[in-house]
Amino acid sequence: MASLKELSARPERLSGGHRLCAGCGAGILVRQILSAIDRPVVVSNATGCLEVATTIFPYTAWRVPWIHNAFENAAATISGVESAYYSLKKQGKIKDEQDMVFLAFGGDGGTYDIGLQALSGAMERGHRMVYVCYDNQAYMNTGIQRSGSTPKYASTMTAPSGKVKPGKTQRRKDLTSIMSAHHIPYAAQAIPSHWKDLTNKVQKAINCGGPAFINCLSDCNRGWRHPLEQTIEVMRLAVETCVWPLYEVENGKLKVTYKPRKRKKPVAEWFKAQGRFSHLFKEGNEGLIEEIQAEVDRDWERLLSLEKWGLSEQTEERK
Amino acid sequence: MGERLALSGNEAAAYAMKQINPDVVAAYPITPQTEMMHAFAQYVADGEVDTEMVNVESEHSAMSACIGSAASGARTMTATSANGFALMWEVVYIAASSRLPICMALVNRALSGPINIHCDHSDSMGGRDAGWIQLYCENAQEVYDLFALSPKIAEHPDVQLPVMVCYDGFIISHTVEMVDSLTDAQVQKFIGPYQPRINLLDYKNPFTFGPLDFHDYYFEHKRQQVESMEHAHKVIPQVFAEYEKLSIRKYSFFEGYQLEDAEIVLLVLGSTAGTAKVAVDELRSQGKKVGLLKLTVFRPFPVKELQEALSGRRAVAVLDRCASFGSFGGPVFSELRSALFGLSDAPLIRGYIYGLGGRDMGIALIRQAAEETLETAKKGQPTEEIGYLGVRE
Repeated sequence: MASLKELSARPERLSGGHRLCAGCGAGILVRQILSAIDRPVVVSNATGCLEVATTIFPYTAWRVPWIHNAFENAAATISGVESAYYSLKKQGKIKDEQDMVFLAFGGDGGTYDIGLQALSGAMERGHRMVYVCYDNQAYMNTGIQRSGSTPKYASTMTAPSGKVKPGKTQRRKDLTSIMSAHHIPYAAQAIPSHWKDLTNKVQKAINCGGPAFINCLSDCNRGWRHPLEQTIEVMRLAVETCVWPLYEVENGKLKVTYKPRKRKKPVAEWFKAQGRFSHLFKEGNEGLIEEIQAEVDRDWERLLSLEKWGLSEQTEERK
Repeated sequence: MGERLALSGNEAAAYAMKQINPDVVAAYPITPQTEMMHAFAQYVADGEVDTEMVNVESEHSAMSACIGSAASGARTMTATSANGFALMWEVVYIAASSRLPICMALVNRALSGPINIHCDHSDSMGGRDAGWIQLYCENAQEVYDLFALSPKIAEHPDVQLPVMVCYDGFIISHTVEMVDSLTDAQVQKFIGPYQPRINLLDYKNPFTFGPLDFHDYYFEHKRQQVESMEHAHKVIPQVFAEYEKLSIRKYSFFEGYQLEDAEIVLLVLGSTAGTAKVAVDELRSQGKKVGLLKLTVFRPFPVKELQEALSGRRAVAVLDRCASFGSFGGPVFSELRSALFGLSDAPLIRGYIYGLGGRDMGIALIRQAAEETLETAKKGQPTEEIGYLGVRE
């Protein structure tokens, strides 16, 4: 796997001058991911923060071929690009020794919810592509509305905390498991605060010979409500509290790629760092933090068991 | 010359697609398009085409994948009907505004609700503002011809627009007729190799496709799109003329049948034109000077040509196989009226709605429309009444 020295020597494929907020997790993870890909890459991008902030006509921040189509179809669009590539290659109409990489970026909005169908279909069809979800846990671009990835009790604009509601009352989807259940060669959860883990996963994903999915937690200091310079710190907390476990499922075998060295940190620390959870510390909301702690503990133990005992699915390598 | 084959409309479209041999086809099944893709899938399975066939999980994804593919230098085609077309509506607009020469067979079927799998034009008419070129077929021969030549229009450097070739569900799609085909080599030579204007796979020259426009650029981009239809208006007859040299079959914006000296004109799209020709013959045998104008090209709407053809007639009956709720008459009626408005010798115009949801349109109903229009011509007064042919009131 490439070292930090190697990665930082590679050309920047997302230039500066775009309009992402200061401290945005998405910009960071995109640059890490692109630097970890050592071949030509075509990017398909769902509508969302990343897309609108980087391609305001007549400017673009992308130094790679890039296509935006609509909100829910980044996966379908890149599957068309990939199909074209392999068709033209098979017919001898293009000669390319390099084996291009087909990469899609979608936010949790365009992936967990409206984009789930297109993603599921593309994974099932076995296209040689990598789909990266930059998960900031709400529809941030349109002003912080709840998504299927918004955690329980987070306050968003369409499910705010108030006198009678404690924010979102539903659990979030476990999309990484859903993708792993598609029997794709590679699925993983990653985070840009742990760049080495992320870039290793990207390299596995682009070389797995079939569809790959990486779910990347992506800090949003606007929607999560914390000072912008704390981006990396807050993301580290997600990992250290096991709210966002880092793991991969490679050909059906699950491996937890990071375990907190001592005891995992209490989830209250994760909540305390963000304004979207501040209501959990107020009078009348007793017990909610404990409820989430029990859930995190349970999910973490389950993950460790799956690692030990194995998933029931086996994947097959796509030709 | 190619073979003379007995083909249904769907088989004719699939056969033309086979001879075009597109690089990618991404499609999703829907009645009555399904058999077209079954036929094509068999060509793929038997290695008779080089096409990468992508069996997507919805029509929205079909058009999305087509956009990705067409933007990557691949000749790309698809097919759908009714609600499938409605589901891809968002992306259909994007395909046209992205100036991608995707060719699609649209097997006309009624839009839900209620759900109805039979023929009317509510689907393609519903998308008439999407920026696609729209061609309508009378029979399986026209399906073959118009689909085979569609890439040449779509890919023309002055056009660069997607084309939909529309044909009536079940009536044309499932009816077997004799079709004269070209040879594979003739089709290949006619359409030529695809020379993409842009190519995402050209990574040495990366570009951004599908940016965000604010209010400072969007209007200009749309104005350019309007221009593209003006160019299509010039290119389509050129392509038709070239095709005529090859096939001996002549196409233009419309076909006139007994039109030259007609005082009353029936204006119709699709398979009903065939029935209307018989009705016209019957009326002519009674000494009534009725003629037929079968519109082949609906988008771009051939304003000048229709003005020339219909000026001086006494009356025109426009038969729409589509209702536009809350509007005055159907879409073709509205557009024709608009095209002829203000001309010094414009005919009187009557609007009719017929055949919704596959309601049969027979000779008697067409004759009824013609007779009513004759009456209107005799009275010399326009009528505000929209006629409904064949419905139980």
